[in-house]
Amino acid sequence: MNLHEYQAKEIFSRFGIPVPSGLVARSSVEAVAAAERLGGSTWVVKAQIHAGGRGKAGGVEVCRSPAAVGEVAGRLIGQRLKTHQTGPEGLPVHAVWVEEASDIGRELYLSLVVDRARECLSFIASSEGGMEIETVAATDPEKIATVPLPPDPGVPAYVTRILGGVFRMAPQQLTALSSLLSGLERCMRESDASLIEINPLIVTRGGELRALDAKVNLDDNALGRHVELAALDDPSQRDPAENEATQAGLNYVALEGDIACMVNGAGLAMATMDLIQLKGGQPANFLDVGGDATAARVTEAFRIFRANPRVRSIFVNIFGGIVRCDLIAEGIIAAFKEVAPDVPVIVQLEGTRAEEGRRMFVESRLPIETASGLTHAAERAVRAAGGAA
Amino acid sequence: MSVLVDRETRVICQGFTGRQGTFHCEQAIQYGTCLVGGVTPGRGGTRHLDRPVFDTVREAVKETGAHASLIFVPAAGAADAILEAVDAGIQLIVCITEHIPALDMVRVKTALRNRPETRLIGPNCPGIITPEGCKMGIMPGSIHRRGRIGIVSRSGTLTYVAVHQTTEIGLGQSTCIGIGGDPIHGIGFIDCLALFEADPETEGIVLVGEIGGNDEEKAAAYIRDHVTKPVVAYVAGVTAPPGKRMGHAGAIISGGTGTAAEKYRAFEEAFVSVVHSPAEIGQAMSDRLKRR
Repeated sequence: MNLHEYQAKEIFSRFGIPVPSGLVARSSVEAVAAAERLGGSTWVVKAQIHAGGRGKAGGVEVCRSPAAVGEVAGRLIGQRLKTHQTGPEGLPVHAVWVEEASDIGRELYLSLVVDRARECLSFIASSEGGMEIETVAATDPEKIATVPLPPDPGVPAYVTRILGGVFRMAPQQLTALSSLLSGLERCMRESDASLIEINPLIVTRGGELRALDAKVNLDDNALGRHVELAALDDPSQRDPAENEATQAGLNYVALEGDIACMVNGAGLAMATMDLIQLKGGQPANFLDVGGDATAARVTEAFRIFRANPRVRSIFVNIFGGIVRCDLIAEGIIAAFKEVAPDVPVIVQLEGTRAEEGRRMFVESRLPIETASGLTHAAERAVRAAGGAA
Repeated sequence: MSVLVDRETRVICQGFTGRQGTFHCEQAIQYGTCLVGGVTPGRGGTRHLDRPVFDTVREAVKETGAHASLIFVPAAGAADAILEAVDAGIQLIVCITEHIPALDMVRVKTALRNRPETRLIGPNCPGIITPEGCKMGIMPGSIHRRGRIGIVSRSGTLTYVAVHQTTEIGLGQSTCIGIGGDPIHGIGFIDCLALFEADPETEGIVLVGEIGGNDEEKAAAYIRDHVTKPVVAYVAGVTAPPGKRMGHAGAIISGGTGTAAEKYRAFEEAFVSVVHSPAEIGQAMSDRLKRR
């Protein structure tokens, strides 16, 4: 689960990670009030969406009067902001973060990640802050340092010294860095985060450290033990169909193509998308209905497909294991009758009692095409959508 | 011969009396697995599926002589269950549970580092099966045939597809191992490749990978240097968009790495036979064996 910058900064404050003073505002009026409460003469107004690249897209503005803050907030709130990370439709802005302007001396990069290769937590740091770390990795890989943490909680002094060196900090700055690193590490463990990224981490002209931006990804699997964090979820930042699918217990990711696919199992679902492309088509989605593909979930999947105007054919790919194909076929037939999909449906069954399952489709006299084999099924689905195959 | 499990493997189940534990243990017993008991805290001293139930893994090991454990404990307690099995000296731990928090798995892996004799398979996996010998997991036993191919995979249903094809084409399987779809997990491709390479019954190896991480790239390098048996590899997720999680927690392309294209390139450079369609795994293996 992703958090908004303002939520992440509020959490940072709790862990003693220094952030510029700021307030969240949900309207132009609230934004003006926020600027007046913060005081000072210069403010930064930042659109709150779950994506990076806001600056270049006009989602971050420096303002020199409370009136200007209100104006920018009024322009952003209620609109959709499109950045290079959002896709063509952009994401809705429901709030802005109004913050005191910072006197930036240097911009650094710092993140803490669950390091899957080393199976531990690792800091990733670079003296090149403010740009995407992927870009730095591609152009100046030697400017990125990865420092794995030992298993016990806490940040050892040597880690602070290494990162202080990467950031070219003076010895007297290391105390502040050490405290920031400890705060990050505690925040990571106590929130079950999978990623915390500060880009940029700034050193002000006065020599102080500040998290100018804040990105926190929480581990979905651990939300059960963090009720207060789970409540920070903002479903408006996801595709509505994906939200609906999650509610129904489906694993769904919306894609750009026109062939909907429904598959039991995540790996087979990806493989099915790939096969569609191999045969000249484009998948409309990733969808795992779960190993047992119950009638209730299949029905929900058909509903999501029906609501997507791009869908021109539906490819159902089921491998029956312990849950037999004939039982799954029964569920598909019931779901089909209920939802009545308006595009061709091609079903591929394999595994336990696949033959019986196929016969049930024929006997149902419904316009469901059964395929003989995975390749044939994919070709039929692509052709039905008007594609190459 | 086979790898890791056979008819003699004495298995207990943690989470034995729960719905999943009950269902899959019944199936395992029917399949012929030597399931000698189970653990459910608070249910010690009772019997379930005609097997003894214990409160702790230590007791279960002492009374039954078990050396393998199959875990169905729900996610919130699953890491604890793995650690308990490690403590009790269980040598093969198979954890089926999905949705275990990543930091819990970091703790588990730290504990396992001091126990080289203990192997963990999973979590979030279908388990391990040696056809006609031992089934520790949730895979459908009926699609398997005892035979010549070792299968290792990160995905459940894709494993079954590979099993089904190798059965249909008459090759059968020596052992099939689902290593699981989580980013931090137990034994990996390389451990399994080494086991299959050393196993006289295994004549060819099918490796099923997916996007995310770089385990496939490391496996490719290992195959090039250490594996003499023919390997067929398939990688799922060519069409997966970056930054989106494809069902499995580990199946995500991040920072431009972990793409299927990179993984295919690594396998090709290691002279592995790659297939781009999941429908061609069995045929490719058969062709590779005939060419030898």
